[in-house]
Amino acid sequence: MARKLRILIAKPGLDGHDRGAKVVARALRDAGFEVIYTGLHQTPEMIAEAAIQEDVDAVGLSILSGAHMTLFPEVMRLLREKGAGDILVFGGGIIPKEDMEALYKMGCGRLFGPGTPTQEIIDYLREKFPDRT
Amino acid sequence: MNEYEEIRREKARWERCVDKGDIGSFQTVSGLPVEILYTPLDLTNFDYLRDLGFPGEYPFTRGIRHNMYRGRLWTMRQFSGFGTARDTNARYKFLLAHGETGLSVAFDFPTLYGRDSDDPMAMGEVGKCGVAISSLEDMETLFEGIPLGEVSTSMTINGPAAVLWAFYIVTAEKQGVPSERLRGTIQNDILKEYIAQKSWLFPPEPSLRIITDIMAFGAEHVPKWNTISISGYHIREAGSTAAQELAFTLKDGMTYVEAGIKAGLDVDTFAPRLSFFFNSHLDFFEEIAKFRAARRIWAREMREKFKARKPESWLLRFHTQTAGCTLTAQQPENNIVRTAFQALAAVLGGTQSLHTNSMDETWALPTEKAVLIALRTQQLIAEETGVINVIDPLGGSYYVEALTNQLEQQAYEYFKKIDALGGMVKAIEQGYPQREIAEAAYRYQKAVDEGRRTVVGVNKYVLEGEKLEIPILKIDPRVEEEQRERLARLRQRRDNARVQKVLLDLKAACAGKENVMYPILEAVRAYATLGEICGAMKEVFGTYAEPPMF
Repeated sequence: MARKLRILIAKPGLDGHDRGAKVVARALRDAGFEVIYTGLHQTPEMIAEAAIQEDVDAVGLSILSGAHMTLFPEVMRLLREKGAGDILVFGGGIIPKEDMEALYKMGCGRLFGPGTPTQEIIDYLREKFPDRT
Repeated sequence: MNEYEEIRREKARWERCVDKGDIGSFQTVSGLPVEILYTPLDLTNFDYLRDLGFPGEYPFTRGIRHNMYRGRLWTMRQFSGFGTARDTNARYKFLLAHGETGLSVAFDFPTLYGRDSDDPMAMGEVGKCGVAISSLEDMETLFEGIPLGEVSTSMTINGPAAVLWAFYIVTAEKQGVPSERLRGTIQNDILKEYIAQKSWLFPPEPSLRIITDIMAFGAEHVPKWNTISISGYHIREAGSTAAQELAFTLKDGMTYVEAGIKAGLDVDTFAPRLSFFFNSHLDFFEEIAKFRAARRIWAREMREKFKARKPESWLLRFHTQTAGCTLTAQQPENNIVRTAFQALAAVLGGTQSLHTNSMDETWALPTEKAVLIALRTQQLIAEETGVINVIDPLGGSYYVEALTNQLEQQAYEYFKKIDALGGMVKAIEQGYPQREIAEAAYRYQKAVDEGRRTVVGVNKYVLEGEKLEIPILKIDPRVEEEQRERLARLRQRRDNARVQKVLLDLKAACAGKENVMYPILEAVRAYATLGEICGAMKEVFGTYAEPPMF
């Protein structure tokens, strides 16, 4: 039987804006995915560790503080370093287009800005993981 | 009674002429059902003198001053900060040169959490969503060439508010300005940090103790300073309804008043320095009603429940910021218009100061051009529209009065629920307001996703293949490195033995009963850094973490 899609929603760094992370976590859960939310103030190390321990398919990072160019690459690097480079890192927040392009080039998954319907995120994840339910 | 009978009959007749579909289910942004028409029937218990009275007089529903904006306009105060203290200093001078009338400091996340720029948790965050201030030296740079005796400054700082305030007081001292002359505000509202903004340092109990220390110090040495700005803004941004914003904010305020009284302060010594900070969201009339209800509730509670005797203790003075969460990344120029409506609601609601958001803030911190348009929006309202000529021009509107009553009633229902949980601190510890807000946020998102709520440019009137055509501010990536280097030099240059001594004194004060402001000021004068001072306090007070929930 196909396994359920498992997602870690994480808030890296000191950013306290958690409205988006919580709304997305809830929407993904309502869509039938297994969702783990880290809570606030996580270091990239803590997030990579949790992603591996929880055996997730993808990590969604929510960053509205402008620290995305540091924190996205760092989480991706740590996952690779720990042999979990296959875990998809995607995310959302206040991220200028130019930075989005740069992060895509580094292998980051889709980044969703303000105004994204939650269905778009659900569809994206279903498409990325067709063998999961 | 006859008069109402006749109106009731006439209204029933008129309703038969209205299409049923029009009567249907219309709601405010917060989900409050609204009628198609309001009449005297909605205000049958209305008593002008009891419910409204006159501006500048109890219960202050119509405004807190006798002459309102004819006497003095609201303060135009743009929340701003980015990069280094030097970058932000230049932005302040730019804003003041273009007619801004007060300053408002946005700190970066490390500063908001009482951490230095070289703290490992600060990685990637330095100067990004505000200005990095790690020491007195940074604060001196921030206000270089800005005479602190002449400007009023608001600082959005909570967990480490005592320290940043001390930086400001000592900076003024060095400019030759005594603390008695300083005007401004520290946010210093820790309860809403646990509820919504999440930049706390210590657990609730020691946090309340620091706040009462600040209130006592302010009453004695900085009498023109607002020692707390009880904030609904972040509660609303986190997704609450208007009624939740109103209720949770006022309940937080009452909790501080209780803490002050419990600490042995006379309510009339500190209550006049309490100020408020609200959001101005999309629903024009609901927002105006919220501001009016807030004033009336506060006046009543302060006079009747807390037995304040000075009229200044009764009045609710507030700052407003337009709703950042309503701005769209799509067709960002539309945000100028959204912000203008929200700003107008704040003015019609009688705000004392106002921040208007810039169109580009869903992408980054605002550019000079974007912030100038935001400031001009306020100047247009003040000097072109004529709305300032008359006080509370919507007073007496059947709709606005009914809505004001309704919001007031909803707030009292929340007060009751919170009291049943054992008060606000207990309610927060049980996650009650947090859950209420998360629920409301999810409901709102669902309504938008399902197209039941229109967001222009997002789920309706979408531009296919839209390209972003406005410039975006970039923070120099060298800011973090420069800031670290500057801190390293400071740590070398200062008298480190003295720093150690003052930090020990501070810890002793935290463990005992002495007002912590005095040893914090000594530590600041010795150039102890923000992180060092907060670190010392954490050793005594401990830290706080919330259980993750969604």
